[in-house]
Amino acid sequence: MTAAAAGVTAGVTPLRRIGVISAAWHGLVLAWRNVTQLKHSPEKLGDVVLMPIVFTVLFLYVFGGAVAGSTHAYLQELLPGLVAQMTLFTSVTVGTVLCEDIQKGVFDRFRSMPIARSAPLVGSVLGSAVRFFVSMAVLVAFGSALGFRFTTNPLSILAAFALAYGFYLSFCWISALIGLVAGSPGTVQGLALVLALPLSFGSSVLVANTATMPSWLQAWVRVNPISYFADTVRALSIGGPIGDKAAIALAWVAGIIIVTFPLAMAVYRRRV
Amino acid sequence: MDCVIRAEGLKKRFGKTLALDGVDIAVPRGTVLGVLGPNGAGKTTAVRILATLVKPDEGRASVCGYDVVTDAVQVRQLIGLTGQYASVDEELTGMENLLMICWLYGMRRAQARDRADSLLDRFDLAEAAGRSVKTYSGGMRRRLDLAASLVSRPAAIFLDEPTTGLDPHARNKVWDIVRELAADGTALLLTTQYLEEADVLADQIAVVDHGRVIAAGTSEELKARIGDQTLVVRPVDRAKTAVVAKAVASLTAAEPDVDRDTGRVTVAVADPAVLSALVRRLDELGIVAAELALRMPSLDEVFLTLTGHSSDLPDAAPGKSLRGGNRA
Repeated sequence: MTAAAAGVTAGVTPLRRIGVISAAWHGLVLAWRNVTQLKHSPEKLGDVVLMPIVFTVLFLYVFGGAVAGSTHAYLQELLPGLVAQMTLFTSVTVGTVLCEDIQKGVFDRFRSMPIARSAPLVGSVLGSAVRFFVSMAVLVAFGSALGFRFTTNPLSILAAFALAYGFYLSFCWISALIGLVAGSPGTVQGLALVLALPLSFGSSVLVANTATMPSWLQAWVRVNPISYFADTVRALSIGGPIGDKAAIALAWVAGIIIVTFPLAMAVYRRRV
Repeated sequence: MDCVIRAEGLKKRFGKTLALDGVDIAVPRGTVLGVLGPNGAGKTTAVRILATLVKPDEGRASVCGYDVVTDAVQVRQLIGLTGQYASVDEELTGMENLLMICWLYGMRRAQARDRADSLLDRFDLAEAAGRSVKTYSGGMRRRLDLAASLVSRPAAIFLDEPTTGLDPHARNKVWDIVRELAADGTALLLTTQYLEEADVLADQIAVVDHGRVIAAGTSEELKARIGDQTLVVRPVDRAKTAVVAKAVASLTAAEPDVDRDTGRVTVAVADPAVLSALVRRLDELGIVAAELALRMPSLDEVFLTLTGHSSDLPDAAPGKSLRGGNRA
């Protein structure tokens, strides 16, 4: 041990609070931690790689002919819808991983360190961006290989994926909230699935024209944020009227984050 | 005195369990306080309160004058924590773990790299630095955990049973580091189940039982209270146990404890010279000893003396002699 030893604080007065910039930095470091964990265990991305492929194949070939007359025509309609569905499904693990993580010893270390209380939580949501990018990349690549084509312009496509990331963030916060409240990772999985199914299927994800659905379901579809998400992405990818759907979609993103982010933080402070 | 770690009247209840029932602690700069007690005594709870992980129900605690409840942010900048359950990220490598901690303490690139490198060197982890922690042995993980707690060169360090489960070699390494830290001026609070560890490292020892400090003082003071060491002798021929017991009694002027099941005779002794005297006496009597040793009292024996009851360990019972040494 060098002479500049203990008592790092000899003469250095500790800070009263942790500034916003430091807090952001801490969040980034912990996001780096999550990403680096993935680097060491890339097989954990397996589900994110397989899901888009499996879902595309399943829906395209099972429903394609029946819904749109041909699989090719359906592919155009389906893929943007799957962007929405994949965004929802890949956000689920944020909660399960968080649930496991807070029970680990390393979390005690974080809590005894002068880092922003929110940092581990923020870190896990930010770090999960990798899953989003991988799943979107696989979806688009596989879809293109099967014949999907974007028919709009690059700006619109960018906007579509920016919206998708916005929704991804909002779903991650919901997932994190569930992860903080649930007792075990298994519970998170179960709960998330129960929520994700009616949300993603009871929408325009698989079927752009929802007029064939019974009126009670149409009512649900009209309220379901995923419908606006899927419709907007569809319009931005293959053309079509957007109307106020984009605005409503954005409002949903903002609304969900405004509600769940502070809620997740509050639960986190109490739980951890 | 310049007290770095201080606590008064700490009380904490978890549901029905009273984990701490009024604990006082004082650790000046450059000294080691050994908190000795069995599982469930409240040692870990006390450490967690001081490390700002848990709030006490009653009482106050402070580090360098900053209250652990109201000034937790400041306290966290002054402490290091290392525990029985190594708190490092299993997926990351040793180097990545330390870099992460350095960055979280606000160190920039070069400084972080240097600090991580020097800590890895100091703890003999330089070779394994590029491997995932999940490939490390228990001793290596514990060393990494200790290294992580030293990143910020804290003024106060809490070590919660840092050598439990380590082999003697690894344990000695940890002890060396603790001594160096104390010499540098760090205040160290060490919890342990091993009297030997407290004896070797601690300037002051506090014995805790059921959330209370039942005895405190230097190692010498406590040993004076409980009797220095324990003499253990077991003859090869079990039938000779009674003879051995008489010999021991005559040499020590005390009533030895005889375990009929194992044939072990134990007695507390203050003078280590008794061992040599006993060897000569057994030789005269023609008795061969299968086991003959002078040992530190076990934690159980310490408790028995101090409290009149055993320390509630699974193989402990009043009046039973040492079994398998100090690992209570």
